[in-house]
Amino acid sequence: MNVNDNNNTIIELKNVRKSFGSLVVLDDVNLKIYRGQTTVIIGESGTGKSVLLKHIVGLIRPDAGSVFFEGENIAKLSERALMTVRTKFGFLFQGGALFDSMSAIDNVAFPLREHTDMDDDIILKVAIDKLRLVGLEHVAKQMPASLSGGQKKRVALARAIALNPQVILYDEPTTGLDPIRSDVINELILKLKRQLEVTSIVVTHDMKSAYKVADRILMLYKGKFIFDGTVEQIKNSTDERIQQFITGQAGQEELKLLKI
Amino acid sequence: MSGVNFIVSLGKRVIFVISAFGEFCRFCGQTISWIITALTSTHDLKLLVPQFYQIGAMSVPIVSIVGLFVGMVLAVQAAVQFLAIGLGSYLGSVINLSVVRELGPVLAGIMLAGRVGGAMTAELGTMKVTEQIDALRAMGTDPIRYLVTPRFLACLLLTPILTCYADIMGLLGGYLISVKVFGVSANLYWRYSAQSIEAWDIFCGLSKSILFGGAISLIGCFKGFTCRPGAEGVGRACTEAFVASFVAILTIDFFMAVLLKSLYEAIWGFKSVF
Repeated sequence: MNVNDNNNTIIELKNVRKSFGSLVVLDDVNLKIYRGQTTVIIGESGTGKSVLLKHIVGLIRPDAGSVFFEGENIAKLSERALMTVRTKFGFLFQGGALFDSMSAIDNVAFPLREHTDMDDDIILKVAIDKLRLVGLEHVAKQMPASLSGGQKKRVALARAIALNPQVILYDEPTTGLDPIRSDVINELILKLKRQLEVTSIVVTHDMKSAYKVADRILMLYKGKFIFDGTVEQIKNSTDERIQQFITGQAGQEELKLLKI
Repeated sequence: MSGVNFIVSLGKRVIFVISAFGEFCRFCGQTISWIITALTSTHDLKLLVPQFYQIGAMSVPIVSIVGLFVGMVLAVQAAVQFLAIGLGSYLGSVINLSVVRELGPVLAGIMLAGRVGGAMTAELGTMKVTEQIDALRAMGTDPIRYLVTPRFLACLLLTPILTCYADIMGLLGGYLISVKVFGVSANLYWRYSAQSIEAWDIFCGLSKSILFGGAISLIGCFKGFTCRPGAEGVGRACTEAFVASFVAILTIDFFMAVLLKSLYEAIWGFKSVF
């Protein structure tokens, strides 16, 4: 792809290593994310996809290596300096991570109240707009406990885009949702890309969702990327590990463990 | 071999404890570093109000009840002995001095460690487990500034006030039992009480309680922040927080007693209760 030149790189990971105790999660990972693209990272559960995503906003710091956002190494920034950088990101957590002591609209308004000096009635107007964008302005007054799983994720998405971020990070956006709700989320990811022209990184193991939203797919396997290409390319890949994953078949090793 | 293994595991344990303590100290430092912001920005001052309500107003009944019963129990235990040797009128000195100097602050502190500290650990622990704390960070809000400093300040300021409630109710409890049940003269009871309790004693009790409040909130919040995943993690964190707060309260109490005692003696010399 000719758009993938350096000017278009918004995020870059260089030789990132991370281990928890003796478990090596990221093993010398290199990655460039290009502006305006939706990059999907796939991989088995527990291969460190979420850990990778959290490195990008500095929620986790690498043991070695650097993470660049618009040319600045954020792995070296202090927690306070990171706070400003993070407002340029929207992060959708796996479970939504809505504050359960606040109503849906207060959740969406939260980052606006924290980071802007707007009057509260303007903030609430913006928050309602964001909720409308995800199709949920009618639940504005409800508490997170009374929302369904899919609604929670959509409210969380509305909160993630409240500050008009340049990059949206999705951590398993469709996990735990039924196929229809999953597709609603996929459509939302596409819609936000069109309307807000954001860069998106989606971590998932839902292949249907990956095919639908991806401009580019990467596969993480045992702490390293073993694939980087388009949807067509991954479908035609001959690598056994990749084929197993995208067609959803258990490998010989797993079967041996189950003694089938 | 087993000897070597023992040393290895002992070493690991020691390193773990020291690094956890270091982490706790950093956590305390960060909490304190936000105090000026918390007290000067109107946005952050608003965060204090719900904490004042939760920690202060909601704790008044339980702390008062504890104080009342402490006073009554002391009176019941001491009254018979004191009356037998004809010192019934001095009951007030002993009861009230015990309440104001030691039992009021310590028991109020322990009550708060259970009620307030436990609630903080459970709340923050659940937030940690459900990634709400990470969500705060991801949105560019320092979770220590937003969650911990308001709780710390509220505890610091309100524990002494709650201790006053416990003290007053303790005095009342002692009075009820000594005077109304055992028939000690109310006049003498209060006169000797007033003679033996100095401003210094009240100052001792309250200065300790400020430290208790600080310890309860910092330990409660830290345990919540470092809580391990799952319902079990939250449960364990709460237990650990309570035990640690309890031990911290008694330790602080001991060292403050030694410190304040020697300070008093250096300034005013030996103090006689009678």
